[in-house]
Amino acid sequence: MRLRKKTRERLFIASFLAGPLLVYLVFVIWPYIETFGYSLTEWSGVAPPSKVVGLKNYVDLFHDPIFLKALTHNMIILIVFPTVTIALSMFFAFMLNVGGRRGGLGGVKGIRGSAFFRIVFFFPQVLSVAIIVILFQSAYESNSVGLFNAIVIKLGLTDANHPWEFLNSPTFVLWCIMFILVWQWVGFYLVLFSAAMQQIPRDYYEAALLDGAGRTQTYFKVTMPLLWDSVQTAWVYLAVAAMDAFALVATLTPGSSFGGGPDEHGEVLSTYLMRNFQVLGKAGYACAMGVVIFFITLILSLVVLRATRRERLEY
Amino acid sequence: MSEHGLPADVSRRQMLVRSAAIAAMVGPGSALAAGCAAGSGSSKSSTTNSGSTAANSSDPKNPFGVKASNPLDVYVFKGGYGDNYAKAFEAMYTKDFPGASVSHHSGQNLTGDLQPRFNAGSPPDVIDDSGAQQLKLDVLNSSGQLTNLDQLLNAPSIDDPSKKVRDTLLAGTIEQGQLGASMFSLNYVFTVFGLWYSASTFKKNNWQVPTTWDDFMTLCATIKATGMAPFAHQGKYPYYMLVPLMDMVAKNGGPDVQTAIDNLEPNAWKADAVKNSVDAIYELVDKGYMLPGTEGLTHIQSQTLWNQGKAAVIPCGSWLENEQLTATPPGFDMAVFAMPSLTGDKMPQTAVRAEAGEPFIVPSKAKNQAGGLEFLRIMCSKAGGASFAQNANSLSVVKDAITPEISAKLLPGTKSSNDLYQAANGQYIAWYYLNWYSQFEKDLEDAMSQLMANKIQPADFINRAQSAADKCAADSSVQKFKRPTSTS
Repeated sequence: MRLRKKTRERLFIASFLAGPLLVYLVFVIWPYIETFGYSLTEWSGVAPPSKVVGLKNYVDLFHDPIFLKALTHNMIILIVFPTVTIALSMFFAFMLNVGGRRGGLGGVKGIRGSAFFRIVFFFPQVLSVAIIVILFQSAYESNSVGLFNAIVIKLGLTDANHPWEFLNSPTFVLWCIMFILVWQWVGFYLVLFSAAMQQIPRDYYEAALLDGAGRTQTYFKVTMPLLWDSVQTAWVYLAVAAMDAFALVATLTPGSSFGGGPDEHGEVLSTYLMRNFQVLGKAGYACAMGVVIFFITLILSLVVLRATRRERLEY
Repeated sequence: MSEHGLPADVSRRQMLVRSAAIAAMVGPGSALAAGCAAGSGSSKSSTTNSGSTAANSSDPKNPFGVKASNPLDVYVFKGGYGDNYAKAFEAMYTKDFPGASVSHHSGQNLTGDLQPRFNAGSPPDVIDDSGAQQLKLDVLNSSGQLTNLDQLLNAPSIDDPSKKVRDTLLAGTIEQGQLGASMFSLNYVFTVFGLWYSASTFKKNNWQVPTTWDDFMTLCATIKATGMAPFAHQGKYPYYMLVPLMDMVAKNGGPDVQTAIDNLEPNAWKADAVKNSVDAIYELVDKGYMLPGTEGLTHIQSQTLWNQGKAAVIPCGSWLENEQLTATPPGFDMAVFAMPSLTGDKMPQTAVRAEAGEPFIVPSKAKNQAGGLEFLRIMCSKAGGASFAQNANSLSVVKDAITPEISAKLLPGTKSSNDLYQAANGQYIAWYYLNWYSQFEKDLEDAMSQLMANKIQPADFINRAQSAADKCAADSSVQKFKRPTSTS
């Protein structure tokens, strides 16, 4: 029996999708399901789970002061980090592409030296996290020879016997981490926004110019609205990154296993999860945390995509 | 060789933790359920005696019946001790068995490198199973992957065939390698903890090594007057500073206080010994004797500043010398002293914390199991211990390996830690809570970081420690242990 043409087409397409889908199922979906299963058990992580405890781990989570502290920290990062990163990178992208003084081709060009700045800004993206960690370990060094301390001492804000603690300060540790995150990601979104800006037809800017719009007006009235799709993407990615922040916190903040210090002031969900999983022998509990982080991230992405949905302009 | 990355730190921490973690498993004889290292169904029995190798035990020169024609496959963790020491052992092996081919591998990713080989049934013949990626010994053992090393302990010693290997090792070594009643890992490296200083600097300034805390405080004032900071510590990892504190508690309180703390007894931390010790350590902060900013420095940062003469004294274990090898200026003359005593101490001032670590194993499915065992027997010879001391700048668990001639050739810090160990004369400090109750240790570290940053007072520290102990005692999900009464 010959299959109908449409069915054959579908089978043809399905045959291409089967492979990747299978990989995805085995290496992504299945571990998620397993994690969920383990989260319902008491599990030490080195031997099979000892017993099923139902939702106990989840109940415990929301009575765990350290978990709630870590969650709060992630929420602070979630609000500050994407906002600052997007604002900065958008501003820089605008300056590099269309922010120059009039007189260029059609009156639209970037500021002087924009090619140079573009490379400089992208630099942190090229560095691996390991290098960033080593760089900032020295920069934030809590003694008078650290880069930042040397600066504040030169500026007379403190003296060599009272260096600032930076990563060891309960008040500033989170901000120190967020500073690195922003520094690390601005360049990437600068390039993303630049690419998007270059797709905006020049006539729009020329028209705005002719109508007498200044730099600020052009930015808010023309550039921003037309970049909305990219901003939306940036939000989702940055929100996911904000829920993570594992590498920097685990390596730079004080504390033996996965940092989180001083005294839990730098703790984030991912480091608390890893400590429970690998060090404290509470793997089941850690899995419950993983599931919670998964849902928070999922909901965030959906909310961002929904809330930022706009009418599209085709050009 | 010093490592600037984090893995080195992790392994160092594990050094503190691992050795007694094994001891912890031994104590109650807890059968840890079968793990999942080997994909196959794990056999419950852990004894995999090799009948074939035991046969030739009549020959004291070759008790395991090694055949030179069988190649030997060695894998060592390349961490703070490097791997030159292993190459030296391999040379000794080929000298004893001319013509034997030895393949040497080293690395840090043990799980990645070796798990597939275990699963495929072709593991190396001898492994230094250490570091952050260490294959867990209890898991390997419950899967029947480890050779019972009791046959090594009962084999004749190379130096004196009338003695067994078990009689040539420092006290505590065998216990730390036991899983249940038998030894499955040879914990080869001996670590001594204390306060480190530059003997040449002390000599130049005519500073005396203090034996009492009061002397130490006077010395600190003198040192500070010269512009040097008296004390530095590895503040980013607060467990470093917990070692001197808890050593003082042990010395001041004696076995009763130690038992109360290890057994999580109510009000254990309210003992006078705890208060005396915390007050003493806090004096360093309060009187401004700390290197400014040291509470936020990594081990490498703080130790390097100490090497540069920015601070006079730093607490650490005896891996320090090898770790700081490249950072130590010539003529520094590294040396170590035991924690100064407080008034009314119950242990002598010379008592020190000392531990065996760095587990060496012989896989039960090793092709050349006899060779692996013989390799360990060579390590346990005096020549082996001496070679290790010179190549890894650290002490081994081999008794009397450091003869005066060898001692003269050692780096000053290694020599000094050997002297410190000898002077202790059997009075060693051991704490168990550190490895039994990870969460408790973590809570203590958090509190310690705050005390050292001068954000809390000694009384707050003691309250936090006590409530952490109470929390741990009340947590039914944490398995509880009792401190052995025999140990000091």
